[in-house]
Amino acid sequence: MRRKKYEIDFRGGAVCPLPIQEYPQVLLAHGGGGKLMHQLIQKMFAPAFSNPLLDGGHDGAVFPVTEGRLAFTTDSYVIQPIFFPGGDIGSLAVHGTVNDLAMCGARPRYLSIGLILEEGLPMETLWRIVQSIKHAAERSGVQIVTGDTKVVDKGKGDGIFINTSGVGVVPEGVSILPENISAGDAILVSGDLGRHGIAIMAVREGLEFQSVIESDSAPVVDAVQALLEAGIRVHCLRDLTRGGLASAANELAEAAGVKMEIDERAVPVRDDVRAACEILGLDPLYIANEGRFLAFVADKDADRAVEILHRQDVSRHAAVIGRVVEGGQPVVVLKSQIGTRRILDMISGEQLPRIC
Amino acid sequence: MKFMEEYRDAQAARKWSAAIHQITTRPWTIMEICGGQTHAIVKFGIDHLLPQDITLVHGPGCPVCVTPLELIDKAISIASRPEVIFCSFGDMLRVPGTEKDLFTVKAQGGDVRMVYSPLDALKIAEKNPDREVVFFAVGFETTAPTTAMAVYQAAQKGMTNFSLLVSHVLVPPAIEAILSSPNNKVQGFLAAGHVCAVMGYHEYGPLAEKYRVPIVVTGFEPLDILQGLYMCIKQLEEGRAEVENQYTRTVRKSGNIPAQQLIQEVFRVVPRKWRGVGEIPASGLGFQPRYEAFDAEKRFQIADYTADESSECIAGLVLQGVKKPNECPLFAGDCTPEQPRGAPMVSSEGACAAYYRYRRA
Repeated sequence: MRRKKYEIDFRGGAVCPLPIQEYPQVLLAHGGGGKLMHQLIQKMFAPAFSNPLLDGGHDGAVFPVTEGRLAFTTDSYVIQPIFFPGGDIGSLAVHGTVNDLAMCGARPRYLSIGLILEEGLPMETLWRIVQSIKHAAERSGVQIVTGDTKVVDKGKGDGIFINTSGVGVVPEGVSILPENISAGDAILVSGDLGRHGIAIMAVREGLEFQSVIESDSAPVVDAVQALLEAGIRVHCLRDLTRGGLASAANELAEAAGVKMEIDERAVPVRDDVRAACEILGLDPLYIANEGRFLAFVADKDADRAVEILHRQDVSRHAAVIGRVVEGGQPVVVLKSQIGTRRILDMISGEQLPRIC
Repeated sequence: MKFMEEYRDAQAARKWSAAIHQITTRPWTIMEICGGQTHAIVKFGIDHLLPQDITLVHGPGCPVCVTPLELIDKAISIASRPEVIFCSFGDMLRVPGTEKDLFTVKAQGGDVRMVYSPLDALKIAEKNPDREVVFFAVGFETTAPTTAMAVYQAAQKGMTNFSLLVSHVLVPPAIEAILSSPNNKVQGFLAAGHVCAVMGYHEYGPLAEKYRVPIVVTGFEPLDILQGLYMCIKQLEEGRAEVENQYTRTVRKSGNIPAQQLIQEVFRVVPRKWRGVGEIPASGLGFQPRYEAFDAEKRFQIADYTADESSECIAGLVLQGVKKPNECPLFAGDCTPEQPRGAPMVSSEGACAAYYRYRRA
């Protein structure tokens, strides 16, 4: 009977009934290796993430190596709040890792999920996150092929921590590396900046704006694939997470030993995000994103690349924001709104709201 | 965006820049008081739009920078107590005290929380009646009314677990200290728009008259600052020394009278030590006797701390406009935002941090 229940399609908007009714909260025993853990895996995780590699119930996933090269990455997610406008820790844990693979030019294939749960976490919360992971994985075109669950004592965790690792396949002929960046390259950003960071800050600090600012958390796999399939000469990609555009651009300028010029007026930032940043004394160029990337493409391909990105929902506000230029030290220069030039530096530590 | 992009228009900025070039015939040194203005100037490269003859020096208007070291040490001492929830604006958390900063206290188990308003700290106190909640109240006249409101509300509610470590400072006495210093080079001032939004600008008339300096109340956007500079230079060129208001969309001469009344209700003017500068008479706010129950220094019986500043750091000279941040031997070498030796490298309003962030190479 129960098995039928969780086969309801989450994408249809229906919320699947909780498969474990008898334990309203996660207990230490749910990570203890015994019957409760077995029940959690069999009733909640296995059906939600079902695929041939996982369903085998083996200690690890065994799969054939296809042609091309493999990309492999890992990331851990400790976000508070667990749920936020536009996403949650589950979808974030999928998007973050598949986006890292996409930045290598890889088509993501397989994901591992490691859950560290705090004793007392409502089972319903876990179930919502599991469904969110399932949905995000489907949307990103990856299969969850292995996993692990641990439960820590109450007070020793923060509800839930997630680690995901991912494997993807880089097709023959694709080479996406910082060292490929060269003078003359156009710098593209795949969409408007700052929504994830402001959405989190708004919930965390109880800030209320007239409109709800939703996180930009999303998989960018299809947008990247569309560029590669269209034959755009993509020299390098970098996703814009913590530290925002400024940090990503500086990391790449240093790694590639190049100078970059970015035009502040060309950088897309939504009015509500800009307003929130102004009030708080923050700079949108330093705010975290979870579904945005920089693309360095051959100058001649820049306009076509923007057109292709505009056809994808996740990158429909993509824009050319600058150029890699000849000369001197590796540095990022920002042409300001009033037409003057200054350094766009990497941030030290976190941005803190201003006093007055 | 309404009321912001308009003040960052590149074409209008060029026009104001040309107008300033046109009226400038001699070298002038002008100080912007507020750290917010300093950051806008350095961030937008406004000084690059000015004639070479115009020198901008950066003023003491950075609340974090002028908070004395002893008070940071007192904050650290209070925040380390197990019964205390210590609330502060974010920037104060990483200002180095003699031995450590408030972030370190947090890492060592202290309950240190970043808040956006003293009223948030008051809410925390209401929710935690069994804990002592302390708010670290720094800032100029701009933030003093919200601090006063928190004290006033706490008194109305009869709260006994809320107190404040107060280090509010006042702008006009600082201007007077700069002008009366033998090292002074400043010939004109851009007064801090938001301070004047609260206090008005009647206090500045006697200063302009006594020291023969133009004072222009100025906003924070690039076009505000360019227009403020234009007005100040025009006065200097014409030999006038008046108080003018560029920031008319926000500032009235009388200021915000209910806010001023609230400040007077809760606080009285006291002498205050400024970090790197020393004690300035009648330059700070302390509790009125009837609100002394909310004074954290009294509640926790913090002994008088004395602390010595790093001898190499020239923060005091930077805050008085005598030196520029990049003239400091420590700048960008031994002193960085990651390892600050002086407060102006910490605060987002500090001149050293602005130079480090936008002007390093």
